[in-house]
Order: sequence, then C-alpha cells, then structure tokens
Amino acid sequence: MNLEFTPEEIAFRDEVRAFFREALPDDLRRKMINREHLEKDDTVRWQRILNARGWAVTHWPVAYGGQAWTPAQRYIFQEEMALAHAPEGSPFNVNMIGPVLCRFGTDEQKRRFLAATANLDIWWCQGFSEPGAGSDLASLKTSAVRDGDHYVLNGQKIWTTQAQHADWMFGLFRTDGSGKKQQGITFLLLDMKTPGITVRPIETIDGGHDANEVFFDDVRVPVANVVGEEGKGWDVAKHLLGSERSGIARIGLSKERLSQLRSLERRLAAEGVLTPAEHERLAFKLAEVEVELRALELTQLRVVSADAHGGGANAAASILKVKGTEMQQRMTELVLELAGPAGLATAGHDWVSAAAPFYFTMRKVSIFGGSNEIQKNIIAKTMLGL
Amino acid sequence: MDFELTDEQKMLSETVTRFVAETYDFSKREHALRSADGWSREAWAALAEMGLLGLPFAEEDGGFGGSGVEMMLIMEALGRGLMVEPYFATVVLAGGVLRHGASAAQRAAIVPGVIAGERILALAHDEAGQARHTLAARTTARPAGDGWIIDGAKIAVIHGQSAGTLIVSATTGEGLGLFLVDARADGVSIEATRGYDGVPVASVRLAGVAVGADALIGEAGTGAAILDRSFDEARAALVAEAVGAMAETFDITVDYLKTRQQFGVAIGSFQALQHRAVDMLMQLELSRSMAVLAALSLDGDADQRRRNIAAAKAQIGKSGRMVGQEAVQMHGAIGITAEYKVGHAFKRLTAIDALLGDRDHHLARLVELGGVYPAE
Ligand SMILES: Cc1cc2nc3c(=O)[nH]c(=O)nc-3n(C[C@H](O)[C@H](O)[C@H](O)COP(=O)(O)OP(=O)(O)OC[C@H]3O[C@@H](n4cnc5c(N)ncnc54)[C@H](O)[C@@H]3O)c2cc1C
Repeated sequence: MNLEFTPEEIAFRDEVRAFFREALPDDLRRKMINREHLEKDDTVRWQRILNARGWAVTHWPVAYGGQAWTPAQRYIFQEEMALAHAPEGSPFNVNMIGPVLCRFGTDEQKRRFLAATANLDIWWCQGFSEPGAGSDLASLKTSAVRDGDHYVLNGQKIWTTQAQHADWMFGLFRTDGSGKKQQGITFLLLDMKTPGITVRPIETIDGGHDANEVFFDDVRVPVANVVGEEGKGWDVAKHLLGSERSGIARIGLSKERLSQLRSLERRLAAEGVLTPAEHERLAFKLAEVEVELRALELTQLRVVSADAHGGGANAAASILKVKGTEMQQRMTELVLELAGPAGLATAGHDWVSAAAPFYFTMRKVSIFGGSNEIQKNIIAKTMLGL
Repeated sequence: MDFELTDEQKMLSETVTRFVAETYDFSKREHALRSADGWSREAWAALAEMGLLGLPFAEEDGGFGGSGVEMMLIMEALGRGLMVEPYFATVVLAGGVLRHGASAAQRAAIVPGVIAGERILALAHDEAGQARHTLAARTTARPAGDGWIIDGAKIAVIHGQSAGTLIVSATTGEGLGLFLVDARADGVSIEATRGYDGVPVASVRLAGVAVGADALIGEAGTGAAILDRSFDEARAALVAEAVGAMAETFDITVDYLKTRQQFGVAIGSFQALQHRAVDMLMQLELSRSMAVLAALSLDGDADQRRRNIAAAKAQIGKSGRMVGQEAVQMHGAIGITAEYKVGHAFKRLTAIDALLGDRDHHLARLVELGGVYPAE
C-alpha cells in the first residue's frame, strides 16, 4: 500500500495543470467561480479547446480519440480540471452517446457521429425519462412503429436536459409492447429538426431553463438510426448508465468548492461579517466536511485501483454516487448559511446571490443519474444479496 | 395547562385557512408573482376586509388586540398558501415596531391606514458587511435643526419597494434609533428585486434624507430594545408560517406517495420512503409544538421569552430544511420544477430559516442565554 503518486504521475499532473491554467479562457473561469450559468456557446468553446488537445473524450477507446490512461491518470485529470475551475464538456456527448456508439454503433454511425460528437459539432440530448417512466425506466411507452424504412414515433419524453439546444437526441422507444417491459425497447438516434417534434421548456426552482418536455407526433426516423438491434435497446441503455464510473462522485469539484468556502470563511471573518464565535463554528463544520471528503476521496481511489487490478467494483460506483452527491449538497448548504439574509435577493452576480439558486439546483444530483434511493437498492441487492 | 383553542380562535383559523384554500391556490399565487407588483392587491384587500391586518394592533389603535395565538393561526394559514403579500413585512415586523415603540400620535397617524390595507410598511435594518443579526447599524442619523439627517444603505428590506413608509434603523449619538421615513422622500432610492422565495425584497439607499423630530420612534438609543422585542414577535410569526408551509408540503408529499406509480406500485409502498415520510411528520409535529411555545411566550418574562423563541426558531430551521429537502427528493424531478408547489414551499422554508437568525444563530443565542431550561 502506498498513497504517493509516482514521479510519472506527478509529471502528468503538472502537465495537465499547466494546460488548464493556460487554455481555460478567463471569462469561463470567472463564470465558473461565480456559479453563473454557462451558455451553450461557452460549453462548445471549451470542449473544442479540449478536443484540439486530444483531451475532450479521454475515456473513449483510443481508436476513436480516447487516451490510454491509467485509472490514476484519469483521476488526476478530473481533479485538476475541477481545481482549475474548468467546466465539463457536454456529458451527453462525452459520457453517454460517445461510448455507446464506440461500442454498439455501425461503421456508418461511427463515421457520421463520433468525431462530430467529440468536437461538439453535434449537441446531443438524452430522451429516456417519460412522465410515467422515471426510476422505472423500462416502463417507457413512447412508441416507434415500423413503416418501411422508417419508424414512426408518438408519445412524450420529459426532463430532457437542454433539448432546446440539441441537434440530435438519443433515446429509448418502444417497438414492441408484447413481452417483458425490458424487451421491445429500441435505442434510436433522431435529428431534432425532424417534423413532428415539439420542445416545451420546464422552468426549475433555481430559475433555470435546462429541462424540457419533448413531444413526438408522427416523427419519422430512418431504420438506419437504430443503435444495436431493434428490441435490444435496454442492453444499450444499461451500458450507457453504467459507463461513467470513475468521475461519478465528483470529488475534484467538491474539493474546489471546499477551498472556495475556506477563502470565503477567511475573508468574512477578516471583514467582521462573521463574529469570532460564528467563525469557529464554521471552521468546525468545514473540518467535518473535509474529513468526510478525504474519506470519500480515498474510497474512490481504492475503487479506481481495484478497477485497474481487474477487481469487480461495480456496486462501489453506487456508493460513490450516494456519498459524492451528499457531499456536493452539503457544500451548498454551507454556502447558503454563509450568505445569510443577504442571499435572499436573486439579482447580482456574486457568490451571495448565487448561493441559494445553487443550493436549490443541486437537489437534482440525488435525483438524476439513478436516484440515491435506487442506488441504495442496487447496493442492497448486489453487494448484500438482500 | 390547556392546548385547546377557544371557539373564536377555531373560527378564526378555519376562516383564514378556507380563505387561503379558496382564493389563493397555486395558480393564483403564480398570477400574483407575475403581476407588476409581484403580489396581489386583491388578496391584500380581502385580508383587510376580514380584519386580519388589524389583528395584533391594540383596540385603541383600531385593531383587535389579538394575542400570539391568533397570530400563530393566521401565519400558519398564510404559510400553507405561501402567500407573498406584505403581511409579515407590514403587520408583523414593521407593525411590531410600532406596537412596541411608537407614540400614540405616531400610531394614530399610521396604524389606521395599515389596518385599512392602504398603507404598506417595511423595516429597513439589515446592512451589507455587518455582522449578521446584529442590533447595531452603520447607517447614521445626525441631529439637524428639529429633526434628523439619515445616511446609509440597507439590504434585504422585505417589501421595501411596496412600502409607502419605511422604518429605518440608524445610529445616533445615543445608540440605535428607529425612524419613520417616507419612501418617496428626497435622498431615498430603492432598488427592487425579488427574493428567491418570490417575496419582493429591496435594497434602500439613504443619502442625506431629512426627517422631522416626530419621525423618531421611541427615543434615540431605544431602537435596539424595540427591535429585540419586535424581532421575537416576528420570529414567533415566522415559526408559525413555517409550520403552515411544512404542513402543506407534507400533505402534498404523502398524497404523491400514494398516487405516483413506479414499478407497478405506488411509490409509497416502498418502506424506504414510508419511514422518511414518517420522519417528516415527526419534524412537523415538533415544529407545531414549538410554534405554540413561541406564541405563548411573547407576553411573559423577557428572559424566558428569548430562550423559548430562540429554541422555536432553531427547531424550525432544522425541521424546515429536512421537510423541504425530503419532499423534493421523494417527488423526484417534479420536485424541482417551478410549476409545482413543493419546490416553492422548499424555497420559502429556506428563506424563513435565513430571516431573523438561522438555526445556528439561535442555538448560539441559547448557549449565551443559558439554555432552554432555566437553571434551578
Ligand atoms: C435536473 C434533472 C435533469 C434530468 N435530465 C434528464 C435528461 O436529460 N434525460 C432524461 O431522460 N432524464 C433526465 N432526468 C430524469 C431523471 O432521470 C429522473 O428524474 C429519475 O430517473 C427519477 O425519476 P422521477 O423523477 O420520475 O422520480 P420517480 O421515479 O417517480 O421517483 C420518486 C421518488 O421515489 C423514489 N423511488 C422510486 N423507486 C423507488 C424504489 N424502488 N425504492 C425506493 N425509492 C424509490 C425515488 O428515489 C424518488 O425519491 C433529469 C432529472 C433531473 C432532476
């Protein structure tokens, strides 16, 4: 056992750190620090910078633009990215459809989509959830009926993040309702400009407009856009949902937030906004968070290293998801408390007015990506055999 | 000991609760939020008509001399509706300052207009860069002729943009003073925004604002004592409002657990969620008890009042957070949409904790005061 990085790993870390320092545009860094909303263009710009360096899709197979990194390198990369206040690229492109196409796509689909996906020339959205199919995703009903060379889609998706910006959607559709609910689901790619698609925005409690409903009214999708086989979409979906493991706890992000909290704490204490007693209480709470974060970080490293040694750490990903999201949410509570009544007003562009919206929006992390309750069900079933 | 409401109190509670349910449902609230004022003058007029704006004011001021219990019942009902009208700002908070500090002449000049629903008041006390929840201010009032000149800046002024009259705290040579300031007076500028809870909130700048001698509430130097008393009353009201918001949140959540189907069953059949709903209920009941304690402590011994109010505010800080977060979580994605009431209740509960001292603040205050139970 050994917690030190090797000299090669340290050299790698320095290289990554230097790159982020130079390549990340100042306006993006500032927006990230102030928790401002990123525009579509911001994300595109950044992903293209990463892509030019060959670092936009590092965990894809090398043949499609990935990097043959060790788990430790992947960990370092993610951590440095967060500490540099760099945004993540589009998760739908990078972590979801990209890996799926690498694994299940036809040659033609790979040619058509992969490079464009890595460069964010195509903006993807994920059409999985429906009003009646959330945690119980396999009960989805939006239908795709074969008509010659096309499927005809009817029904509705919901919570589709950034569908308003999307060029393409990957989604799950029911091509056969006769068998078990996991059967008869087909994974399709569709151009969002296809006639019959309507996108309706859903406002969320932080005032944001990222969520949407997407309605399908006789939308015709070529049969060539099936990923995998017709009726086998559930296998593709399972692969997608399980694919992004190493970064799921987002430790780097939490560490970056903790260090921001620390500098806030010091500044407010120096300005007399925090009384000495308040300062001490806050310091105590930060220490508590720090202990837990360190424990989680080491747990993640153990998982990463078990992966490297071929150990089966799958359910461990669920542990990391639950504890990692709890940590992210805890951090937002502390900032909210620091903002106090001044944080009531939502105008303004500083950490005080961003504190509450950020606290509200981060409630989502324990809901999406498989809710924390569902993660615990998975742990109970697969690790405990209950 | 008697936890029963009188018949009159029961009637009051039923009337206000019914009024809110029938005239201020979620879509009405949305409508009010989208209006130019950001709140409903119509609902305000209705509250005036029902006599609710006069409830806590003394009979000689034209009010009903209602006690903390009546205030609790009203605030709980308003809390269920997540009402954004200036009841708390005007009747409870600024009104409290008038009740506990203003002269008979000042009250006669202002309170009737408040009771009639024609006059909105707001208290401007918080300042940026100050220690939180301090009873001091950096804003100054210096004597000039018969009156005063006020300079400074205030933040988090609830309904500051709605108010015709502001009550401004400012440091005088003799300590903190509270001043009645016409919101349209020269030198007053108001920057209106909205709180994350939907309630209008403003920043107020005061640049050389001249007020007369009759603008001073109480005496120069009694401001802190008046605020201390008024804030406790306002905290008791917030505690009751939180109980209403929690009760509404709880009811909606339990209903959702019974109706939302996943995996072929109601999600309420999962024990993982059942236990958490029960935990919510327990927090709600504890909060309800503390709201009663707070309401009954207002007129008693000042030391005991402070302890009890701090305890109650600390309790609902914890319960409100827990109930709000759990309600959102158990709803899944719909819990964080603006189109659904639960998310708004969660935000209001968050704001209530932040107002007039959060949980940590009141726990620390309790430590200072020697705890909830007085030493033998
Ligand atoms: C901000 C945000 C963005 C999203 N973006 C997308 C997107 O781009 N594309 C997309 O397809 N979807 C997206 N989703 C949807 C997300 O995948 C679903 O919210 C999630 O699957 C949960 O489903 P639900 O919201 O319907 O909640 P439900 O499944 O109805 O769950 C309600 C509650 O019941 C609990 N529960 C359910 N089943 C069980 C059980 N068996 N045991 C114990 N508890 C249970 C849940 O944990 C939750 O607390 C997004 C969601 C959010 C919040």
